Amino acid sequence: MITTAENNQGRVVLRAEDVWKSYDEGAIAVLKGVSFEAVQGQTIALCGPSGCGKSTLLHLFGGLDTPDRGKVSVNNIEINRQRDLLRLLRHEVGFVFQLHNLIPDLTLEENCLIPTVAAGVDRRTAQARLHQLTERTGLSHRLGHRIQKLSGGERQRTALCRALMNKPKILLADEPTGSLDEKSSAAVFDLLLDIVATEGVTLVMATHDRGLAARCDRLLEMQDGRIREPESI
Amino acid sequence: MIFLKLILTNLRRHRIRSFISIAGIAFSVAAMLTVVTILQGAIGMFSGILSSDSEMIVFERNVSDLFFSNVPAAAVAEITNWPMVAHADPVLFGIVSSADHPIITCFGVTAADARIRKATWVQGDRAKFAQHSDDVVLGERAAEFMSATLGSHVQIGHAAFHVIGILKTANGFEDGGVFMPLSSAQSFFHKEGSSSVITIKLRNKDDAVAFKSLIKVKYANLIGLEDAEFNRSYSQFRILKATAWAVGGCGLLLGGLGVANTMIMSVFTRIREIAILRVNGFSNTQIAAMIFGESAVVSIFGALAGLSIGTCFLYMLKLVPALHGYIDVSIQPVVLLIVMALALLTGVAGALYPAVYAMRIRAVEALRFE
Repeated sequence: MITTAENNQGRVVLRAEDVWKSYDEGAIAVLKGVSFEAVQGQTIALCGPSGCGKSTLLHLFGGLDTPDRGKVSVNNIEINRQRDLLRLLRHEVGFVFQLHNLIPDLTLEENCLIPTVAAGVDRRTAQARLHQLTERTGLSHRLGHRIQKLSGGERQRTALCRALMNKPKILLADEPTGSLDEKSSAAVFDLLLDIVATEGVTLVMATHDRGLAARCDRLLEMQDGRIREPESI
Repeated sequence: MIFLKLILTNLRRHRIRSFISIAGIAFSVAAMLTVVTILQGAIGMFSGILSSDSEMIVFERNVSDLFFSNVPAAAVAEITNWPMVAHADPVLFGIVSSADHPIITCFGVTAADARIRKATWVQGDRAKFAQHSDDVVLGERAAEFMSATLGSHVQIGHAAFHVIGILKTANGFEDGGVFMPLSSAQSFFHKEGSSSVITIKLRNKDDAVAFKSLIKVKYANLIGLEDAEFNRSYSQFRILKATAWAVGGCGLLLGGLGVANTMIMSVFTRIREIAILRVNGFSNTQIAAMIFGESAVVSIFGALAGLSIGTCFLYMLKLVPALHGYIDVSIQPVVLLIVMALALLTGVAGALYPAVYAMRIRAVEALRFE
């Protein structure tokens, strides 16, 4: 594995080195020495059966969980302090989940602005970014609507906007279209690929959908707690 | 703005629960305000009696209650003649009872006493006071509840007295009290030759220190204090004040437990939401601020409602004829500030555990929580 800041494909923004993770005091070993690198702007699909550790790996990349062993670093900084974690969540990574995880009592606009409130972004900058993203995702006419009033596709697009509000370098998506019908799923995924390409964001996406996975730059198979990269997709 | 909305969202989401918490704080604040204000008023009235046209008080050293104080008549006579003293008025306090009223405050005073001189005589002639040993003057409210009129006889304790006057005074104790000639009171209460206190008016207020020193030198068993000094140090006042704050504090504690319960429920029902905020970069401080903010809103609304309820309640009590003159509704600013601060502190204390719990929520586990 290449361990410098750059590999032959570009600048490494995400790296896992021999990462182990288990639950129930070691009884359930989920990750068994995962090593992995992602370079800036890449789109990567993580495939594998349920329970193989896809979500766990995404949580480790986003600093939501800590490995039992091994190292996870984002932009060459290992995440092991609360301050680093806050910086990571505020500026480096954005999350999109299968369930949109929006706050139902707030409007679309307010949900999207949450990361900017957390990071202390000034109001004018936050509004400009919000309008840019909602224009791109076709949600600008829905800004004042509450989440309950939005369709499933709109909710997931809102979640995508929220994840990108602070211009993260990495987008971690856990089954981002898993709760949508085929048509909405395709539309949201098209949008996702379009935006990450435009913004130069690295996408790491856990998915069961082989069709979507095939449209990413890399497809990684997870099996028995390890990552296997097929020679060709 | 969004942060404020996050705080208010949960209160609006569970309106009944929020209302109950606010009501809990409100009634606690109202109880504290009422108890403290009534007792402060009572203390104010009692100290008002002592400081009537005087600025110093002399009484027996080390007595727990002025009712047990004995100041010899010889001391009164001597102090009256000190050059620095404008006038010295001996007062004997006693508790008497009538048929329907178990407790009536009795004041044994001289005809020259300011309480007699400066009161508004509704009926009777001040010049006739202390001419006969069985004469009494009643406060207006005392006359009312004893159904006494000028010239009538009233039974007080074991003796019957002739009513020669009715006074009107703003002081509840005096208005509901009985004024006797000092010698009659001494005889009635078996305290011949003594009074409870001497209230002193000095010719020059700057002589207060010299006066106190002189009392100390001349009378080892007496003490002279300025009125303000007495109000601060008198053990009965201190006990009353401490009791009032303790009772009010217990009320607020109950209100605080209500807030704690609400906030715990609030955190438990929004674990997933807190996890979402964490994933979006909210720090422990921001999460805690949200929880404390919520409890502060409950406390502030509760305190404001409590102040309104308490004030209305005090005004209602003031209208009760039996309590006329006893209730002082003028709430002291310091009491207001302390009650508000305590309510806020209670709210914050109530949110302490929920805030710590919220700070410990791990997003990765909470997001699995349905």
